[in-house]
Amino acid sequence: MGDSEVAELAANPPSTVDTVLTMHDVTIAYGERVVVDSLNLAVKPAEKVAIIGPSGSGKTTVLRLAIGLERPSAGSILIDGRYMWHIERAGVLVPAGERQARRARRPVGMVFQQFNLFPHMTARQNLTEPLIHVLSLGKEEANHRATDLLSRVGLATHLDHRPAQMSGGQQQRVAIARSLALRPKLMLFDEVTSALDPELVGEVLQVIRELAHTTSMAMILVTHEISFAADIADRVIVLDHGKIVEEGPPSIVLREPRSPRTQQFLRAILER
Amino acid sequence: MTGFSWDWQFALQILPQLLQGLQFTLEATFFGSLLAFVLGLVWAVIRLAEVPIFSQAIRLVVEFLRGTPLLLQLYFLFYVFPNYGITIPALQTGIIGLGLYYSAYASEVYRAGIEGVPRGQWEASLVLGLPLRRMWGRVVVPQAMRFATPVLGNFVISMFKESAILSTITVLEVIGQANIIGAATARYIEPFTLAGLIFLAISYPASRVIRLVEARLSG
Repeated sequence: MGDSEVAELAANPPSTVDTVLTMHDVTIAYGERVVVDSLNLAVKPAEKVAIIGPSGSGKTTVLRLAIGLERPSAGSILIDGRYMWHIERAGVLVPAGERQARRARRPVGMVFQQFNLFPHMTARQNLTEPLIHVLSLGKEEANHRATDLLSRVGLATHLDHRPAQMSGGQQQRVAIARSLALRPKLMLFDEVTSALDPELVGEVLQVIRELAHTTSMAMILVTHEISFAADIADRVIVLDHGKIVEEGPPSIVLREPRSPRTQQFLRAILER
Repeated sequence: MTGFSWDWQFALQILPQLLQGLQFTLEATFFGSLLAFVLGLVWAVIRLAEVPIFSQAIRLVVEFLRGTPLLLQLYFLFYVFPNYGITIPALQTGIIGLGLYYSAYASEVYRAGIEGVPRGQWEASLVLGLPLRRMWGRVVVPQAMRFATPVLGNFVISMFKESAILSTITVLEVIGQANIIGAATARYIEPFTLAGLIFLAISYPASRVIRLVEARLSG
């Protein structure tokens, strides 16, 4: 980051009042390919945001940026008032490394398309591992919380099953419970039903729907399930070529989109 | 026609001497494997960590160990090194030779095991905020070892058999003993047959055990 950019950020700090995530002019490029292009995004606590858009539009990358799995080429990201890749020194932003990102991403959880459960651990161990070694809970309390959460996602009978002994839908519910265990303020869902057989999609969406309606956690969902997005999102963002082409409440964006890009995309989805 | 008929009494008589040789075979295999596994891990970690100069140097060493015959490496250790004042007893030379040679292959196995752990496993550990120690110790290494354990187990069996080559540097392991008996008595059929049976009696059950372990690990 050049000096001028540091100065500019300092002079023009993004508004972080009451946001759990703020992306300010975030760009990420791999060589010549710009994947996310000067993106500005603010998510309020408890807000549910759905990101839709054609494949390759940068949706997943936005989530990976939000949890610090990718480092932006330019711009800044704030999580719950803390910079992901910068530290503030005497009012000036200075680039920081993985250590800062580690701290900053603590309030964020992520559920992956491919579940990414630990295959050599049982469902319960998948939850107790971070509870004991990240939150420093005692073994008994961790077990208690893990059991409780797995019951909440309908897996009370599968506590000691390993991932390979469970269906994709069950594995994804374990993954959701694992993220919830750390009580994040912001949960990211990255096309969490894309890898599932069609008959298993419903049970996973039901768990997320219930979470959306009963918790005050903020959520960002990348999804192709348009009706699901319409149901739970407060705001829908349409992404194309790494830029926001349209955003607003689902009743408008999904029913009467103004952008021709959105209209085209929704038509393509509905014709599937 | 003495050499062509099996003599049970002679066979029984030479068995203790062959079993004495087995002791050296097992010693060479055990300490050779230990050395190979530890050194292999060191090579793998240095290469994966991409330490400048070190990593390239290790790569050269590994290429050398894999690209030249074990016999040549043993001859160097045993016949050339003493010219430079480094004299190591035969058995220890054998252990070092076997250990070094197999460490090159073991390092590739570790590397493949670690690189074979899916990226999603690293990312899940990272987003959950697992400490680095837990990420390696509880997520990466167990999954890498699932792949590496049966392969390394087969290395031990290979080394057990190939340790026969140590007879060429005067280690009196099983084959070395059989050779001596043959030369002294002009009867080769009993000592070499028994030597073969001794190897088989150990390597066959061992390979069954490894297959069981493999099945358990993948299950």
